[in-house]
Amino acid sequence: MADLISLKEIKRYYDVGGEIVRALDGIDLIIEPNEYISIMGPSGSGKSTLMNMIGCLDTPTKGVYEFEGELVHEMDDNQLASIRNRKIGFVFQTFNLLPKATALRNVEVPLIYANISKSERIEKAEKALNAVGLHDRMHHKPNELSGGQRQRVAIARALVNDPSILLADEPTGNLDSKSGVEIMKILDSLHDDGNTIILVTHEEYIADHADRTINLFDGKIKEDIKTNKRIRVSS
Amino acid sequence: MAKFSHVNSTIREGFRMAIEAIRQNKLRSILTLLGISIGVFSVIGVMTAIRTLESSVNSQLDILGTNTFTINKSPAIQIHGPGGNRKIRQRKNITYAHYEEIKRKAKLPLRVSVLDGTGERNIRYKDKTLKKSAELRGADEWALRSINAYLADGRNFTPDDIRFARNVTILGPDILDILFPFEDPLGKAIKIKGIDYTVIGVTERKGQAFGQSQDYFVLIPISLYIQRFSNRWTSLGIVFEAESADMYEKTMDEAIGLMRVIRKVPVGEENDFSILSNEELMETFAGFTGGIKIFAGSVSVIALLVAGIGIMNIMLVSVTERIKEIGIRKAIGATRRDILTQFLMEAIFLSQFGGVVGVILGIAGGNVVAIVLNVPAVVPMDWAFYGMAVCSLIGIGFGIYPAWRAANLDPIESLRFE
Repeated sequence: MADLISLKEIKRYYDVGGEIVRALDGIDLIIEPNEYISIMGPSGSGKSTLMNMIGCLDTPTKGVYEFEGELVHEMDDNQLASIRNRKIGFVFQTFNLLPKATALRNVEVPLIYANISKSERIEKAEKALNAVGLHDRMHHKPNELSGGQRQRVAIARALVNDPSILLADEPTGNLDSKSGVEIMKILDSLHDDGNTIILVTHEEYIADHADRTINLFDGKIKEDIKTNKRIRVSS
Repeated sequence: MAKFSHVNSTIREGFRMAIEAIRQNKLRSILTLLGISIGVFSVIGVMTAIRTLESSVNSQLDILGTNTFTINKSPAIQIHGPGGNRKIRQRKNITYAHYEEIKRKAKLPLRVSVLDGTGERNIRYKDKTLKKSAELRGADEWALRSINAYLADGRNFTPDDIRFARNVTILGPDILDILFPFEDPLGKAIKIKGIDYTVIGVTERKGQAFGQSQDYFVLIPISLYIQRFSNRWTSLGIVFEAESADMYEKTMDEAIGLMRVIRKVPVGEENDFSILSNEELMETFAGFTGGIKIFAGSVSVIALLVAGIGIMNIMLVSVTERIKEIGIRKAIGATRRDILTQFLMEAIFLSQFGGVVGVILGIAGGNVVAIVLNVPAVVPMDWAFYGMAVCSLIGIGFGIYPAWRAANLDPIESLRFE
């Protein structure tokens, strides 16, 4: 199977007041379609940097990054924006919804940048919200929704453009355990539907949902293990 | 096509963002708008007022009759320095003898007549008197034509009235209203400075020009006027009427030449008299309004500059407030151009909104002049258009830097921003 993502010798250095911080220091990683991966590691290990790198928010100082055969490390800002828009769905710990916009509107925004007509936008956004069980909360603003509902809106937004990969950065970090379980159920079923998911977490039990766990330490991959602990619901 | 619809949807998104941002910060937005509104208001207001004045002048250009010009000692509107004024004061008066001589010698004019006026309050009929002084004019049989007035009733002066200095008078309608509110004036005698004059005619109402009534006058024969109301400063006006518009220039040239000969102006010296024509009135007026336009223009430029800085300031605040939002938008696929367009739209929208308010207030304010002058209201579409165009430029000019800053924010940093 063709690689979805291929990172070769990826390095990302920051210059913090004259001191070079090696956030990523030589990452080699292949991700194939429909993988369910968790990235773990202590704070400062480079989890977020790797996540941003894979999500095309950041570009490597050195190294080769191929996304579905496209050379991300050579892309300019507009190409990066386009690949983020079309191929990547983000779910953040703090939800990162537009506070003044309704749930529907929030889900619609990526489609605006994807240049999709208004009627089609609304249709797709409604479908995405239905898929995460928010059909009756579409016209509510984030502050009228619970944490779990907000995160579901964020998932709907991430999925609305049919991305190749879903990146979730501590998706349950700001949620109570019950909502957290709900969100993980949604992610699990999305994976069962054929989506590729990468989770960043420092919670063992969250990471256990994934089929493969990557442990980072000091900007390097310390461990890369296939787990398959989860009892899969066969399709 | 796809490109176009993308731009279109980005603009719509920007428009929506702009309205949301303005709604969320009502007071702040209103204060910003106010700056633009005042700037636009000042320029549109002044331009509308001037346009009103111009249309008023144009519609009342018949102060003098058609194809008519007047030779006077001094210009109607003096815009000279102090030295120039003295020069004019030292000119010789235009006398009745001058008039008679030029009338005899001039070949081209259809007619030459004579006119002068002074203020006179002591005019009464029985117990009715004037509150403020009227324009008392010495006239001949052509005077009505010279001042472009028509008889409403009675008769004009005859050459004999002038020659024999008969005690007769023609009244303007405003005088009539005061002295003869309920009586037929014809044949009645009014007293001017205690001497009886028989009313032989009244004129039609002309209304106002330059905000002044043109109907508040009393005409008496020029011969009587010279006997009873002239003094050492009295200088007459000689009115020429050309046969046609084609002959106008030639007639004027002949009159000027003859006048120079009669008054013995040496070759090479300036005329020691002034020509008053409708054209000259218009030119003088245009010079005057031109000055106001330049002044109002420069004041407005400064006002709009200040307003533009206000917009820039508010946009910078707006960008800082929404760093997180910009990060989110970038993460889900907004390009630099998308963000730039959105913030630029907001700045343009702010300035346009302020501009519309300013244009409306300016046109309303400028038309107060129209109400005062009692002329039709004016809507200067061209200036309204310029005003809006300038607002767009201000929006773009002062919005581009904040928008550029927003567009170039780092998405990761922005997302982390709280």
